[in-house]
Amino acid sequence: MGRKLLTQHINVPGIRNLETYRQHGGYDTLRKAFGMKQEDIVEEVKKSGLRGRGGAGFPTGLKWSFLAKPEGVARYLVCNADESEPGTFKDRYMMEHLPHLLIEGMAIGSFALGCRTSYIYIRGELMYVYHILQKAIDEAYAAGFLGKNVMGTGWDFDLFLQCGGGAYICGEETALIESLEGKRGNPRIKPPFPAIKGVWDCPTVVNNVESIMAVVPIVRDGGDAYAQIGIGKSTGTKLISACGHLKKPGVYEIELGVPVEEFIYSDEYCGGIRNDKKLKAVVAGGSSVPVLPAELILKTANGEPRLMSYESLADGGFATGTMLGSGGFIVMDEDTSIVKNLWTFTRFYHHESCGQCSPCREGTGWMEKLLHKILDGHGTLADVDLLWEIQSKIEGKTICPLGDAAAWPVASAIRHFRSEFEEYVRNPSAIRKDHHYYRVNNLNPELV
Amino acid sequence: MPKVTIDGHTIEVPDGTTILQAARMIGGDVTPPAMCYYSKLKTSGGYCRTCIVKVTKGSEKDPRPMPKPVASCRTTVMDGMEVQNKTAPDLIDARNGVVEFLLINHPLDCPICDQAGECHLQDLSYENGLSKSRYEFKRREFEKIDIGDKIKLHMTRCILCYRCVKVAEQVCDTRVHGVMNRGDVAEISTYIEKAIDNDFSGNMIDVCPVGALTDRTFRFKSRVWFTKPMDAHRDCSKCCGKAVLYMSGNEVLRVSARKDMWGEVEDAAEGKPGWICNECRFEKKEVKDWTIEGPRAIDRHSVIAQNKYLDKKNLKIDVSNQKQIQEKAHN
Ligand SMILES: Cc1cc2nc3c(=O)[nH]c(=O)nc-3n(C[C@H](O)[C@H](O)[C@H](O)COP(=O)(O)O)c2cc1C
Ligand code: SF4
Ligand code: SF4
Ligand code: SF4
Repeated sequence: MGRKLLTQHINVPGIRNLETYRQHGGYDTLRKAFGMKQEDIVEEVKKSGLRGRGGAGFPTGLKWSFLAKPEGVARYLVCNADESEPGTFKDRYMMEHLPHLLIEGMAIGSFALGCRTSYIYIRGELMYVYHILQKAIDEAYAAGFLGKNVMGTGWDFDLFLQCGGGAYICGEETALIESLEGKRGNPRIKPPFPAIKGVWDCPTVVNNVESIMAVVPIVRDGGDAYAQIGIGKSTGTKLISACGHLKKPGVYEIELGVPVEEFIYSDEYCGGIRNDKKLKAVVAGGSSVPVLPAELILKTANGEPRLMSYESLADGGFATGTMLGSGGFIVMDEDTSIVKNLWTFTRFYHHESCGQCSPCREGTGWMEKLLHKILDGHGTLADVDLLWEIQSKIEGKTICPLGDAAAWPVASAIRHFRSEFEEYVRNPSAIRKDHHYYRVNNLNPELV
Repeated sequence: MPKVTIDGHTIEVPDGTTILQAARMIGGDVTPPAMCYYSKLKTSGGYCRTCIVKVTKGSEKDPRPMPKPVASCRTTVMDGMEVQNKTAPDLIDARNGVVEFLLINHPLDCPICDQAGECHLQDLSYENGLSKSRYEFKRREFEKIDIGDKIKLHMTRCILCYRCVKVAEQVCDTRVHGVMNRGDVAEISTYIEKAIDNDFSGNMIDVCPVGALTDRTFRFKSRVWFTKPMDAHRDCSKCCGKAVLYMSGNEVLRVSARKDMWGEVEDAAEGKPGWICNECRFEKKEVKDWTIEGPRAIDRHSVIAQNKYLDKKNLKIDVSNQKQIQEKAHN
């Protein structure tokens, strides 16, 4: 059994409430943090090797140490709880069950960074989680873990919960900041980075829910202890939200370094493919990362077993590898149509582009239309080449990484499954009959 | 002062200069096209991606090349930086891609567009566009709307450069329009069709690089290349009063601010952009309202820049005799 640092008490009845949370050691770590020097807390987080769990995997301790600290200027810690990446649902699960773990993490982080006000920006569609969190925040205020003179230390700290505006792009950290300030959620053009100019033009750290929660066990047990879990530069535990054609989809806390094969097939985790079908492909880190066919997700191009770690999943670059991303692990069995799946993803990015920069605004829609055409049985081989070209003209030329996120799934699907696109072009009706998944609503019903 | 080399030309520039500004100082082919950047408007630029360049050497201190093309309008030069624009075929290819994206949903109804002849998108597609569109789907369309009695918004032609939004924020008293919706259905809008009505709103027309915002008082009056642009000024209590009159005979068809070779409004005084007020732009449509200085040389490579009439040796500008101008201008 892998160690559980975040989820060990998740099934305790009533753990959502402050009292039960405290009975299981809740807020003891905050008390411990108050006995430490602020820079020592940052040092522990650095030592832990914790990498941002929001997708990019940037070392959290390093990010904290980059925060500008000009005299007399407020600083902010912002928790990114906008979780909207298709396939990713770990933050929601954690906040729903362990709201106080997030609050405790926010308090420790804010204390370490010298913030007096911090924000949790939660996805607007998660209203019921919003209420759970707000209730927990109210409890924490009443018990003196938030507010004036926290736990008698003289430190005043306010934590606000902000409801998101209902757009995937508001999860991009600078769009989140704009939205938090009450503006249109457009990503900012960097530099300046949030560490210099973030919320209200003040130095700001934006961290994912899971990153902030992980700070609690790091401070509790020490950074070194955390760093011993995992493999290489992928330290600690990671929440994986597994979905798709699995026997046991759900959120799993794994020690980084578990072999992908074990994760998919062992009873401790996903229990294998539903209906004992064959594995066809996996999108390992949320819809934005490249899809890999079964043989490449189970083993690297060199034939080594692929592990659930930042490095191993990225082994081989985009030619034969992918990314750990946000931990949204989407599994597709042999009956799945890659082209339809890709259409679903592309449709999402088209819908979610903020529209600021030309390649993403125009290119995402163009790709969706072409995929639609191919699925509708009217595609040509030239369309597949054009799709490839469009994605290459988007990638790396946009303001924020949403452009890349829209391009990579297209590139990887064509790279690894080109023959399937060609089948759609050559023999559309035969293929479509078998593929019930990802039913395409507005296609001609006779053809589906 | 940092030194930067662009396409083999080295120039020393003040700290904080962007690659695009440095390229403009060098001039010529080295300068990347820019559709959304506007030096007189703070925080403009970065959106359209046409000005991307390839940085092959970051700086003297950190010579690593930058991994992706960068927006030259938003990237400041570092000492020892080396940049490729026209000399990098892969970059030109990437830029052509951006231009294609800008065009796939564009109506290209130039024959009936008031901007034709002075349109930056026309210039851009001439230089970087494909001769045939690869886009086969229905193009996006919006209703035309009047924002106030003087300005027409033809959203279908908009490239979402955000310049007009910045004018409203930085030049006008209040901003009553902005961008609504998202992605490829994002649009410039006044929300509940509120009229844009304040003294400097007309400058939005001048900053718009395409025919999305046009002057209703000039609408369909003439192709711009049939007009004779004249520098003129008047005493105005609201603005600098320095303008260009687009004349046909003795008629003033249109008034605009004075624009430089980059299509940006010229400074009226050191560091003060010569924005003009709506009264000068829309109300002063008679020769007697203005003191005419002489023909305006338009330093751009579009149709209007032909300046053919300038060559006519016998065109003498006699400011005291408006009648004479009228006769000559008819040639
Ligand atoms: C389009 C887009 C959407 C994103 N959505 C989220 C999100 O929902 N949650 C999140 O934590 N990070 C998201 N990110 C990543 C954030 O920009 C940022 O990197 C992250 O919040 C940093 O936190 P971390 O260092 O703890 O991972 C998104 C990025 C992009 C480009
Ligand atoms: S890449 Fe897409 S989402 Fe990001 S800023 Fe550009 S248009 Fe907006
Ligand atoms: S905006 Fe420019 S390119 Fe578009 S129709 Fe008008 S003149 Fe033609
Ligand atoms: S209307 Fe013109 S100035 Fe305004 S965003 Fe569109 S193209 Fe730019």
